[in-house]
Amino acid sequence: MTIQFNDETFRDDYTFRNSQWAIDRFPFPFHEDSYMYSVNMEQHQGGPAGSIFEKRFDVDEHYVSEMRDRALVLAEDPLRCQSLPHMTLAGWDLLELIMVSKSEDYPDLFELHRDGDRWHWINRPLGIDQKFTFMDEATLPYGPMEYITRQTQGDFAVLDQRDENLWMDAGIVTTQADWSLDFDIGMNFFEWHAPVPLAAEMGIFKRALKFLMNIQQGAPARRLNWTMTVNPRLDTSPENYHKWGPQKMTLTPENIGRKQHLRVELQTFFRLPRSNGLVFPIRCYLIALEDLVTVPKWGRRLHRVIRDLPEELAEYKGFTANRAMIVDYLSKFDDGLPTSDGIWPDKDTEPPLQV
Amino acid sequence: MSAGTNKIDVTVTDIVPLNDLVTRFKFERSDGELLPTFSGGAHTVVEMKDGEVSRLNPYSLMSDPNDRTAYTISVRRDEEGRGGSLFMHRNVKVGDRMTISYPVNLFALDLRAKKHLMIAGGIGITPFLSQIRQLDYANGHFELHYACRNRALGSYVDYLTSAHPNDVHIYFDEMKQAIDLENLLDGQPLGTHIYVCGPAGMINWVRDTAEKLGWPREAVHFEEFLAPQSGKPFQVELAASNKTIEVGEHQSLLEAIEAAGVDAPYLCRGGACGQCETNVVDYDGEILHRDHWLEDDEKQSGKKIMPCVSRFEGKILVLDR
Ligand code: HEM
Ligand code: FES
Repeated sequence: MTIQFNDETFRDDYTFRNSQWAIDRFPFPFHEDSYMYSVNMEQHQGGPAGSIFEKRFDVDEHYVSEMRDRALVLAEDPLRCQSLPHMTLAGWDLLELIMVSKSEDYPDLFELHRDGDRWHWINRPLGIDQKFTFMDEATLPYGPMEYITRQTQGDFAVLDQRDENLWMDAGIVTTQADWSLDFDIGMNFFEWHAPVPLAAEMGIFKRALKFLMNIQQGAPARRLNWTMTVNPRLDTSPENYHKWGPQKMTLTPENIGRKQHLRVELQTFFRLPRSNGLVFPIRCYLIALEDLVTVPKWGRRLHRVIRDLPEELAEYKGFTANRAMIVDYLSKFDDGLPTSDGIWPDKDTEPPLQV
Repeated sequence: MSAGTNKIDVTVTDIVPLNDLVTRFKFERSDGELLPTFSGGAHTVVEMKDGEVSRLNPYSLMSDPNDRTAYTISVRRDEEGRGGSLFMHRNVKVGDRMTISYPVNLFALDLRAKKHLMIAGGIGITPFLSQIRQLDYANGHFELHYACRNRALGSYVDYLTSAHPNDVHIYFDEMKQAIDLENLLDGQPLGTHIYVCGPAGMINWVRDTAEKLGWPREAVHFEEFLAPQSGKPFQVELAASNKTIEVGEHQSLLEAIEAAGVDAPYLCRGGACGQCETNVVDYDGEILHRDHWLEDDEKQSGKKIMPCVSRFEGKILVLDR
């Protein structure tokens, strides 16, 4: 299908909305009625047609507006995009990966023409037509990583692999769940994960790192992570906490369905060929609770997950203060019926809400 | 998940004997498409179908990482080995179709280094050839010290010395030329990284000397592929798949597991990457650990084995596979 791009905002008046298409393909992250951290990784080699897993870099109706929001964040705070000097080659790797993937996966939106080192990139939704020399930074308006990620939804951490660890030596981070690139830059896998509760004791990070270091070219992997955000704000950064933190206090039983969003990250992992680095795109999807509960299975399950979530996780994810109100709201969409396995909506087979 | 899942069908398009021991092979994709780019120091695992037996051996890619039309590898003939290199030398002909893995890099350059000091012994020269090409593009600063038996067996000596006359230093063992390692390491500028690839003795010598001189561990990189060694046949029980298998004299434990139709993970098949690590459920006998991966205490514990290179002698070995 051709995508109709929304004209919407992720700040101030928050005009962000999901169409029925976007609701139906939302990446619901819970495959069962409870949640705990795990090494939940699988191959990223496509998925059901139309799902957000199908393409290497999913493009949806929010694309153009998300890119506008990213430009606003970068204009206010250039440190959201950083690349240590040895990471330029990885930046070219990333530019190539995205341009090749998008032009193959969305030929009506993106075109890439290559004649040796002379490349021609056309991005129709953003109205960009760029001729440049591959591996020659002087021929692009930004460094290669910044250039291409200003045109790609989601945050990007670009990792150097050395000394049996991964190092966050480059990235662009404007749609994050309360962490800071400027703080994490130069850290290794265990250092930047230090604030996460329970997972280290469970041995999750040790196993996850081993898996990541062995990810091979042509064999990307993925996982989902989630949190809760009040208002559809992409930039929930520590730097701007004063702008969004207080908004958590504005929830009421009347507005919660509209204001409270489930925030899901599709995290993917690709080996970068020339630099032997690893790129970690973190793509954020938002959905208002009132839209989510239109899928009966999701309404039932989210209620059970949030109700039974270990307190440490709710605390870390930052919704302890509103948890009771959220559970109360969701309880109206849980009739106690069993739910089917897996994350899919199963609208045709799951019964409607029994009242 | 085994890394072998990502494979490429290639055709052998050139075979060049370089000297008595080493032959160079060139692979192009059979479907006429381009091969993946790679990073200097990467290897590919080449599958050989030798009658009933199938062998998978890792070889460093030595071609230009930016040249996507072909990969080249150099294979040193090993008369004592289990036959992989002999198969390449004797049976493989131009025009043959073969299967290779996507490139995997366990010996990457540290791109932060101000200078790359490379030390090669014998056939250990091959990963440096692609690393040097990669550095050529980036104007990277390197210095290569390459020890080999004599001029006739010094593969690529002429090419290297003519392409990089100031940065390449050759040592012929038969002329009693040897690397003056302590002085070499002592005189390096701050920010230098050391890379060594060659026989085990050379790797240990460089690592030990560097450690003695106070080099940080993360500035010393090494790659040694161990070829799996032949040994007495033995029997293994695979508990998870409920099978009992025989490991032949010239077969590795990993190859025997694969031959039984059990999917087992691997990347390097040379005891270096850790991917094939397997839990030992029970054993009565001696595990012959030959890998570089397990720590000494793990080897002594008898709870882990790396089936790509390690073997077993004794009554019972039960693996969680
Ligand atoms: C190289 C890729 C990865 C990067 C760059 C990355 C980065 C991060 C960052 C920056 C955070 C936030 C930490 C904070 O509070 O400051 C985080 C959280 C977390 N990460 Fe990762 N991560 C990666 C891979 C993984 C993998 C493979 C797993 C596990 C299976 C994992 C599990 C987690 C968990 C469980 C959290 C807490 C999330 C929550 O409860 O909302 N990460 N990660
Ligand atoms: S496959 Fe790499 S250690 Fe066994």
